[in-house]
Amino acid sequence: MNTEKNIKTLIVKKPLKLDCGKTIKDFPIAYETYGSLNSKKDNAILVFHALTGDQFITGINPVTNKEGWWSYAVGPDKAIDTNKYFVICSNVIGGCMGSYGPSHKDPDQKIFGTNFPVITINDMVNAQYNLLDHFGIDKLFSITGGSMGGMQVLQFISNFPDKSKTVIPIATTSSHSAQNIAFNELGRQAITADSNWKDGNYTSNDTNPGKGLAVARMAAHITYLSKKGLQEKFGRKLQEREDLKFGFDADFQIESYLRYQGSVFVDRFDANSYLYITRAMDYFDLAKQFNGNLSEAFINTKAKFFIISFTSDWLYPTQENKDIVIALNSIGADVGFVEIESDKGHDSFLLDVPDFLNALKNFLDKSYEEN
Amino acid sequence: MKNEFQVIADLIEKDKKVLDVGCADGTLMKFLKDNKNINIRGLEISKEKVQECIAKGLTVIEGNAEKDLKQFPDKSFDYVVLSQTLQAFLNPELVLDELLRVGKKAIVTIPNFGYWKVRFHLLFKGTMPITKTLPDEWYNTPNLHMCTIKDFFHFVKSKDIKIFKSLALNNLNTSIINESNLGVKNLFADLGIFLIEK
Repeated sequence: MNTEKNIKTLIVKKPLKLDCGKTIKDFPIAYETYGSLNSKKDNAILVFHALTGDQFITGINPVTNKEGWWSYAVGPDKAIDTNKYFVICSNVIGGCMGSYGPSHKDPDQKIFGTNFPVITINDMVNAQYNLLDHFGIDKLFSITGGSMGGMQVLQFISNFPDKSKTVIPIATTSSHSAQNIAFNELGRQAITADSNWKDGNYTSNDTNPGKGLAVARMAAHITYLSKKGLQEKFGRKLQEREDLKFGFDADFQIESYLRYQGSVFVDRFDANSYLYITRAMDYFDLAKQFNGNLSEAFINTKAKFFIISFTSDWLYPTQENKDIVIALNSIGADVGFVEIESDKGHDSFLLDVPDFLNALKNFLDKSYEEN
Repeated sequence: MKNEFQVIADLIEKDKKVLDVGCADGTLMKFLKDNKNINIRGLEISKEKVQECIAKGLTVIEGNAEKDLKQFPDKSFDYVVLSQTLQAFLNPELVLDELLRVGKKAIVTIPNFGYWKVRFHLLFKGTMPITKTLPDEWYNTPNLHMCTIKDFFHFVKSKDIKIFKSLALNNLNTSIINESNLGVKNLFADLGIFLIEK
């Protein structure tokens, strides 16, 4: 899975102490860039991807041959305009698109599987911080990302308060809720219940826990959409048939759609990575790192924040995004906030939602003009 | 920019930190930012207006003054501005208290229900008054708690709120309101502007 060409890799020599206590070194971070870094090196934007994303934000992903996950938002003249900005994105550690993860080999040349150390959002951003040195960037113009990407945004600015001028967390939370953890656990249980999982020691593609991973993806996919969105798109429409078949085949279009989503996901994602990354999300509780006071996480930064949520997002609802706004206001930070009207659920940040894309573009471009 | 905003801007010194509550499309915010180097924030309930502010490069928070002012610490702004919105809240007294908690000073403007045109409209037409500052019909107006300049003047006094400046606006004319001319100003001004502190 990690042997594809077209993957740019930075080998991080410096040891990184992980939250679990273990230390990793000489590990790879796979990244991609778009646009070009200007001579002042003040136009760089670091994008953090969500649970199943990767470094290939826009254009055709050379590994999957599909559109990048944020093609609506990133590209020439788009909200994150690559004619103007130098956009960097890297695969999180624990991932499966080239960065150090459970499908890599340990020093004894044995595939890690579940022997890979458990990683956190904090570990992910500490690893990615090495990209700034690699590109010789002293200060980023912006950091942004949605969902788990937003968690990394919050953790990054907390860890490195003077390393970005602007900060844009989108559809995210500062602390994974019980409901969030519950859905992730459902996905993990589906994977580990697949007899091909073998305690994480599956090896070839033939024997991987694809069925479990597909079920995990199907369950998660429902949480990314809204009830209204699903009803409007599928309703009770039947799948290529005139009437119910009185069996357990996919009678309804929604069933067929979910099965398809599950099957294509299995082709591009590693089951053990899914376990590791969902665990990192569940462990995320930024306030807890500061004795329960979220404001303390941002006390040292002068960055300008812009927080965006969506009306129909019930996975990371507006209130959880607003809690971050409140924490920032209580310390007099520079923070703007908008809730975008959309019935596309949590996935809104990935889709063609003009109000969202306009707000993102206007915030970035106006902030850059003031530079 | 309307005269009201010019008068408000003249009350604010350079380089201050200001919160514009109900900032609408950000016209006043933009003026204060560009001309007086004000560190400006806005709070606005309408999503469309919030988008307009973002397009102007302004820092704005989508929210409701009745619920969302509480997140700001005491005296965290030099000035808090509330333009022609007090009468539209469910509980104006609570909002006024919040403005004065969050701001070292507050600038509050009110459409004057004591303005002679308003009084004449009700007296002779017998229908709810419609004027330049009160453009809506009774059934679709956002205004819930209309008051006169005199009402507001007495109200803030009764709450031991200090009035630094009270101004009467009639079209382009601005004049000072005091105890002795209150009755006249209450008749001839369509807008009252108050700089207050608690």
